[in-house]
Amino acid sequence: MQPDISVQHLNKIYEDGFQALKDVSLEIHNGEIFALLGPNGAGKTTLISIICGIVNPGNGEVKAAGYDIVRQYRQAREAIGLVPQELNTDSFETVWDAVSFSRGLFGKAPKPSHIEKVLKDLSLWDKRDNRIMSLSGGMKRRVMIAKALSHEPRILFLDEPTAGVDVELRRDMWEMVRKLRENGTTIILTTHYIEEAEEMADRIGVIRQGEIILVEDKNSLMSKLGRKELRLQLMHKLDKIPGELTLEPVELSDDGYELVYTFDSQQQQAGVAGLLRTLGDLGIEYRDLQTRESSLEEIFVGLVHE
Amino acid sequence: MNLYGVKSIYKFEMARMRRTVMQSVLAPVISTSLYFVVFGSAIGSRMGDIDNVSYGAYIIPGLVMLSLLMQSISNASFGIYMPKFSGTIYEVLSAPVSYVEIVLGYVGAAATKSTILGLIILATARMFVDYSVLHPFWMVSFLILTSITFSLFGFIIGIWADGFEKLQIVPMMIVTPLVFLGGTFYSIDMLPEAWQTISLFNPVVYLISGFRWAFYGVSDVHVAISVGMTLVFLALCMTTIWWIFKTGYRLRS
Repeated sequence: MQPDISVQHLNKIYEDGFQALKDVSLEIHNGEIFALLGPNGAGKTTLISIICGIVNPGNGEVKAAGYDIVRQYRQAREAIGLVPQELNTDSFETVWDAVSFSRGLFGKAPKPSHIEKVLKDLSLWDKRDNRIMSLSGGMKRRVMIAKALSHEPRILFLDEPTAGVDVELRRDMWEMVRKLRENGTTIILTTHYIEEAEEMADRIGVIRQGEIILVEDKNSLMSKLGRKELRLQLMHKLDKIPGELTLEPVELSDDGYELVYTFDSQQQQAGVAGLLRTLGDLGIEYRDLQTRESSLEEIFVGLVHE
Repeated sequence: MNLYGVKSIYKFEMARMRRTVMQSVLAPVISTSLYFVVFGSAIGSRMGDIDNVSYGAYIIPGLVMLSLLMQSISNASFGIYMPKFSGTIYEVLSAPVSYVEIVLGYVGAAATKSTILGLIILATARMFVDYSVLHPFWMVSFLILTSITFSLFGFIIGIWADGFEKLQIVPMMIVTPLVFLGGTFYSIDMLPEAWQTISLFNPVVYLISGFRWAFYGVSDVHVAISVGMTLVFLALCMTTIWWIFKTGYRLRS
């Protein structure tokens, strides 16, 4: 089955000589939620803008829905909906007119029932006759999404969709994204909220300085690169780490009352059991213990700072 | 062809005209009417005929042309500049529309508005000055051709401009002087010979001359030359727009 998005050896050098993308290759499959993560200026928006036709591509090949984005741009763009990062809307239009305009622009015949469904799904129905300038930031963000969905795209790009929106709207959007995926829409998401990617994405791609440094299934990424910690609260203060433990990745807190043992997520619990046995043999008592897994955010920060 | 796309852009732009009817229609009609009152009725009644046409009637084609040029440029340049300024241009660039379709939508709407405005101004002029139209077909043809040509020119200005000041520079600093010196208020035959030659380098002379011929059958240059020069300018604008979309100049980085 061919991927919905296929990027092969894509480069992009802007007129000022800045190379935004370096030999990027990426495939995104139908019906998945793909989160593209990267620090500011890493090339996320450039990559999305090229696929959507806003920025001229450099060398390389890009296909959307199986169509070349340059030679078969009509078919490729018909398949794509884009919610850009900025809140760029026509202030004087009504919500209904703005969303209907988008549908027509993408070559679709008027279909009021679809526009009505989109507006209702996004809680915009009551605002359909309001001018966009009268809406709050969160509502404007919903309008941007409604415009992107107006022509029933099979691929949806969400470039920082929840930037600056409140928690309730963010949850609503996550719910909407899940529903779209259930209907077979492919979703490509860039976000600064790692929590968002952790919550929703099937696969994660990390881009750094124009290069894709990692593409991985979210769960396997977290188990492969994730770290676990075992924290032991000691009954009695230790002055230093006992010699029997110096070969283990163990740290002692400054106050001497906590031992922290770090291990790979993939590693079996044998290390923990061995540590606890050694502590027992040494007569070191503890009153509590807890484990925690590193978040996607910690993995991401580790990756981009390597 | 993405006709729905063309229609959407066209309707959007026409809706903007309806929203700004004071600025788009009333303001140019009122300002042109003032010319008719002052130069047509008041001063015109004390001026002699030119080419057997009363002065008040003689200046009508030039004044209509002045509004037509200014409004065509203004409508088209504003139409494409605003999405660039507000950032909504992303939607047009990412839509399955060709550059011909984009131009058809924006320029078609701008030219429609200008043509409607030209006809309104002509109707208004009738209230102040008596005039006739000898070649109605050619009059309407000139009106439409000029609207399209200068809307294309305005579209180019809108893409070139990176600030509101630049949007105003060309209409105010170049087009207005060219119209005033292009025979709006006089026949270039009335100028000394050297200035007549210089005037022939002013493209607006050909537009006004051809338009005036459609009204009264009199012209400074042969009507075929007027049509030819307008078509040359149209071709130049179309070539420039083709180049803009080919290179992505100020649209796609």
